[in-house]
Amino acid sequence: MLTFILKRLLIAIPVLLILIVGTFVLMYTAPGSPFATERGIPPAVLANLEAQYGLDQPFIVQIWRYIVGIVTEFDFGPSFIYRDQDVNDLIGQGFPVTLTYGVWSFIVAVLVGGTLGILAAVRHNTWLDYLAVGISIGAQVLPNFVLAPILVLVFTLLLGWLPGGGWQGGQWEYVILPVIALSTSFMASIARISRASMLEVLTSNFIRTARAKGLPMRRVIFRHALKPALLPVISYLGPAFVGMITGSVVIDIYFSTGGIGQFFVASALNRDYGVMMGITVLLGALTILFNLVVDILYAWIDPKIRY
Amino acid sequence: MALLDVTDLSVSFDTPDGQVHAVNGMSLTLDPGDSLAIVGESGSGKTQLAFGILGLLAKNGTSRGSVKFNGQEILNLPEAQLNKIRANEIAMIFQDPMTSLNPYMRVGEQMAEVLMLHQGTSKRDALEDSAKMLDAVRIPDARSRLRMYPHEFSGGMRQRIMAAMALLCRPKLLIADEPTTALDVTVQNQIMELMADIQRDFGTALILITHDLGIVAGTCAETLVMYGGQVMEHGTTDDVFEAPSHPYTLGLLKAVPRLDVPQDALQTIPGDPPDLTALPPGCPFSPRCPLSHAPCTRTMPPLEAFGSGRFRACHAPREDVV
Repeated sequence: MLTFILKRLLIAIPVLLILIVGTFVLMYTAPGSPFATERGIPPAVLANLEAQYGLDQPFIVQIWRYIVGIVTEFDFGPSFIYRDQDVNDLIGQGFPVTLTYGVWSFIVAVLVGGTLGILAAVRHNTWLDYLAVGISIGAQVLPNFVLAPILVLVFTLLLGWLPGGGWQGGQWEYVILPVIALSTSFMASIARISRASMLEVLTSNFIRTARAKGLPMRRVIFRHALKPALLPVISYLGPAFVGMITGSVVIDIYFSTGGIGQFFVASALNRDYGVMMGITVLLGALTILFNLVVDILYAWIDPKIRY
Repeated sequence: MALLDVTDLSVSFDTPDGQVHAVNGMSLTLDPGDSLAIVGESGSGKTQLAFGILGLLAKNGTSRGSVKFNGQEILNLPEAQLNKIRANEIAMIFQDPMTSLNPYMRVGEQMAEVLMLHQGTSKRDALEDSAKMLDAVRIPDARSRLRMYPHEFSGGMRQRIMAAMALLCRPKLLIADEPTTALDVTVQNQIMELMADIQRDFGTALILITHDLGIVAGTCAETLVMYGGQVMEHGTTDDVFEAPSHPYTLGLLKAVPRLDVPQDALQTIPGDPPDLTALPPGCPFSPRCPLSHAPCTRTMPPLEAFGSGRFRACHAPREDVV
């Protein structure tokens, strides 16, 4: 197991390198420049700027410097747009915010979605099942850019219970609405997946054996059915967790939370090469990490999987 | 008093294609320590009969009639009361040992929880007893096997584990539903020997459900032949095999390949098992029966007693069944 984890972490290095090179090539070949403005800049100024950020160097030199900077000093370079800020600062400010509402969204989505899905499966074809399916379909078809304004309308403007935006260092009343808006569709997916897999597990032969042993239904579900029913949910949760903690541009813009989701989209639009590379690498690393976590969880649940 | 007394038991399922009548008015009795084989083709309702007795039907299934165990009516009892009988009084072994054990739990855990549940045994003692029981079904090195998972055992071994698990609470009745179907022939033989040993050593009554007449002869004192969810014939195994009194039994016996008689092709019963959503009004076997005549397609023959403790349900005269 330990060698498996080490091996996977070692493989992550070339994967990240490929990711860096690929993204770099794409950005290098894409038209546009971080310094393009409506009026245009005098060629001399532009040349100066490009020299300052190293953009006048050949491609090979640029990418070499970038990778060396990361490896030796963990330096992801400067932002090309925000003056005097480098990428590490920007991510350092934005990521804790995203991580906070992302982790809460994950917890809410798993608890609510999992409970709904399992209840629906256990009470298959009863009103509880229909209600759970109805809620999850409703939640699934409601995109967060629709849900967010509705939440603000109800809880901020109508009821006045919660602030409609801002972050204030992550005080709880500022976290609630972003968490609801972000977690809803994930919650729906988790409910759907866990319901389907629980239904399938409940018809399997070993569940019948467990019932023939005289185990009460609750024991049958928690001791015998839950683990196998969780397998498909877990493989969904890996990527979903990364999706949640890397934030959402809708959440960041709508609630002015200041997470990295907004930087990601803005950096692509503004050709802020540094920030975009930095967030891409962060996303890639997290994806690799949580896929590994999923594989470890799989091995823990299913004894047939041994590494 | 009979250990098990099934009277007029019917099992049906609501499906999108209509009502499936799997069991239609079955009656049988079993005394303590007796052994009964229930034989019939696939789809004759054998398994659903067993599930009906233990209340293990799928959610769309309903059962009517009466099942008395030790004089107590157990059909359609609330789940909580059924759970006290399951495994404790009536235990069951299933058809497919490859999938009937929980692949995500250690064998010892699965066995021990039966004792912990029904007899309040401590986990340590329960594991101890489980190891002894594995020993009794001749699994070598039982103690260390408790920590293994089902996929680390062969099919035959898993069926032994199922048997051991079923016997933990010393049930008075063991229902084995096609325990050998998924196993190869040499292992089949070992499992059947195990069934016979269990009967002898534990004094457990046995209902053996099978479509394989070959394995019945040495194991069960009585044989019941089932078709279309109904009893066709019931008697001692010797009588039924020596002098079958129903054309369906005769067909089944002829279909068993024999080593002592030269044979060109495998004998079969022409036609298919009945459509359980639309059973014919008369005898369910009549469309395939060589002796079928007018009354057969109109009314179901009653189950009549004859000889010494034998029963048959057939309109054709007994002497015609040869």
